[in-house]
Amino acid sequence: MYIDWKQYDPGHFFDELIGADGSPRDPASKLTHYLTDLNTEELEKRRKMAEATIQEMGVSFTVYTEEGNIDRAWPFDIIPRTISRQQWDKTAAGLKQRLRALNLFIDDLYHEQRILKDKVVPRYLIENSTNFRPECIGVSPPHGVWAHICGTDLVRDGDGEFYVLEDNLRVPSGVSYMLENRSITKRVLPELFENDNILPIDDYPARLFDTLASLSPRQVKQPEIVVLTPGIFNSAYFEHAFLAQQMGAELVEGSDLVVGDDDMVYMRTIDGLTRVDVIYRRIDDLFLDPEVFRKDSTLGVPGLMRAWKKGNVALANAPGAGVADDKVIYAYVPQIIKYYLDEEPLIRNVETFLCDDDKQRRYVLANLDKLVVKPANESGGYGMLVGPHSTQKEQARFAELIKANPRNYIAQPTLALSTAPTLVANNNLEPRHLDLRPFILQARDTYCTTGGLTRVAMTKGSLVVNSSQGGGSKDTWIVDTEVK
Amino acid sequence: MLSRVAERIYWAARYLERAENTARLVGVYDNLLFDLPRSVNIGWFNLVVINSGTELFHERYRVQDERNVVKFLLADDTNPSSMLSSLLCLRENIRTARDVLPSEAWELVNELHLFARNNIQQGINRSDRHVFLNGIIEGCQGINGLLAGTMSRDPAWSFMRLGCNLERADMTTRLLDAGAAALLSTDPSDPTSLDQLVWGNVLRSGSAYMPYRRTVRTAVSGPEVANFLLDDEHFPRSVRFCLEQSALSASRLPDSGEQYSPVKPVLPTYAIEDDSSLGQNFRDHLNDLQLVLMDVHKRIAGNWFLCDETPG
Repeated sequence: MYIDWKQYDPGHFFDELIGADGSPRDPASKLTHYLTDLNTEELEKRRKMAEATIQEMGVSFTVYTEEGNIDRAWPFDIIPRTISRQQWDKTAAGLKQRLRALNLFIDDLYHEQRILKDKVVPRYLIENSTNFRPECIGVSPPHGVWAHICGTDLVRDGDGEFYVLEDNLRVPSGVSYMLENRSITKRVLPELFENDNILPIDDYPARLFDTLASLSPRQVKQPEIVVLTPGIFNSAYFEHAFLAQQMGAELVEGSDLVVGDDDMVYMRTIDGLTRVDVIYRRIDDLFLDPEVFRKDSTLGVPGLMRAWKKGNVALANAPGAGVADDKVIYAYVPQIIKYYLDEEPLIRNVETFLCDDDKQRRYVLANLDKLVVKPANESGGYGMLVGPHSTQKEQARFAELIKANPRNYIAQPTLALSTAPTLVANNNLEPRHLDLRPFILQARDTYCTTGGLTRVAMTKGSLVVNSSQGGGSKDTWIVDTEVK
Repeated sequence: MLSRVAERIYWAARYLERAENTARLVGVYDNLLFDLPRSVNIGWFNLVVINSGTELFHERYRVQDERNVVKFLLADDTNPSSMLSSLLCLRENIRTARDVLPSEAWELVNELHLFARNNIQQGINRSDRHVFLNGIIEGCQGINGLLAGTMSRDPAWSFMRLGCNLERADMTTRLLDAGAAALLSTDPSDPTSLDQLVWGNVLRSGSAYMPYRRTVRTAVSGPEVANFLLDDEHFPRSVRFCLEQSALSASRLPDSGEQYSPVKPVLPTYAIEDDSSLGQNFRDHLNDLQLVLMDVHKRIAGNWFLCDETPG
């Protein structure tokens, strides 16, 4: 049996590979053509090969359950998702613009707060924000940049346009999976890389290294860069180890680091104590330094904030950067871009209702069955209400939550998330919803990944793509259709 | 290099060596026991004794038969020295230190662990055991080969070698002890000469049979075997060789800190002249050697793994 594209029907959703008329989109034409020539046995063989590759490469993530932590193999769909280079170039420019503006915003909040004085963003939003850190006021990190690594979630709506769903400015994860997805696909579908113009993505670790190195307080040829992980039990430990290895940096835990009376950070090595210049920290602000934040934190390093404030060590992302990835602040990003850059946003936001505003809250409460309600400061898809898929009881519970703490909730229309053909049971191809998380770097220069991590909701009709909640992923191909 | 990472690499090397040695031991016993006369009281349980597992074994099993011993040595996850436990510890140590190792090392270790776990029943059933154990030994050697062929001779490499050589020396003393114990436990009035069989088997367990024949050029005899395995200067598993290599690896590491203590130990002396030298005194000597090896480990840990300095 061969793939029958006539049987494939994405319905009224925008499909990434197949156009409304049932023929493949430009950047997907070679891919779909190739897939058509594979029979079911061959497809099954490739799927198994991918599975075995993932096991052997040990690509895993940790799921927290009541029975303890489970190290799961990375869920992967072998059919790539394609985007044309032209469209990607525009999108990447928009993402860089967005991060530049957000960094100006954060820097302003911890200094003059011009944007609050000019009443573009209401002051009380910042004062009530759980991610605003008064400890950071007056600190000036290198290049005025606070969020050096940003993972922005994009979705494509029914109109085929990309929209920003959220910005992750604290400790965004997923980039290692983006890179591993490509290595798996190269093993599983090698023929396509010969014939198609798929842009490479593997310069990310080098770019990340350059970004971090440019933050070093010491002007030395080889600054000491470390990746600070909470340890093996963290869900993203695989990624921490992967990035450290790819950059040739040390992977450290809090107990490997110590701050001296000279307010410098050192790591414990076989040579004794060695000074550290840059810390790519993958632990949350509140666990960074028990002297300043949570006293019970054993993951962090006592004195780290002292060292950072004195400029003796760089932290990426800087503490306090999360103030801009609040979902309420998100609603103001178009105004933020205009305010600091005097430019029109190149990528649009999803329409967002702020529960804090009386009028908007009334609309939200009246339409809970149609909207997606999100808490302002959660990540990983937790604590959400997906209106059309919810029960009346859940809606009532959220109504109470919203009324009790309106500042903490936003609502968005349910998007007609785009789909792509995904291999499901019995080697059938069915449309599944997906999103895209590109990663943007900023320090001295700004950089955006070529594509990003595509996450797929593996359950039919589901919109939840988070891997912690059963989502899978696909390789993402930016295809240059103009090169013959 | 981080002290914590150095420690994990050292342990990874020890577990890799331990997994291979365990597979090798079970394989050799499989062969030997077919050759022994029924009257001889050397059984599978001897392997548990060699690995200092007697107490733990009795907590888990009543019968000291082949099946239980092999299960205990290869598959038991309550036995921290079983082959599967060693491979799991190897995997966990590599996993948390893989940023300093070639990425293929992690893949190979992961594959080997999966192979062992998925096929462990083959190791327990006698009919497939040989093929299974060979798979494990080849897997371990493949990893060692990869590391030797791709790792820079940097501190990570030195810690690998330290772990590997110390584990080897330890195993060699245990093999000799097993031989001596076996012969002491036989009935002296038994007419069958077991010496050749037992010492030949000790050599095979340590992959030393052919090197011994080429070096010593006499028939297999207890005193010669003991001297070869303890003191040969070229055989890579002799105690002397392993300790010299350890000292060499240590000399390439930074001698930081005031508490630095030299890794090369002073070995207790014991003259082995004839079969009478291989009695209880010999076993005591081997025990002293194991204490020395533990001391070497403590020095390594003190020099490079612990670090309580406070910065100025």
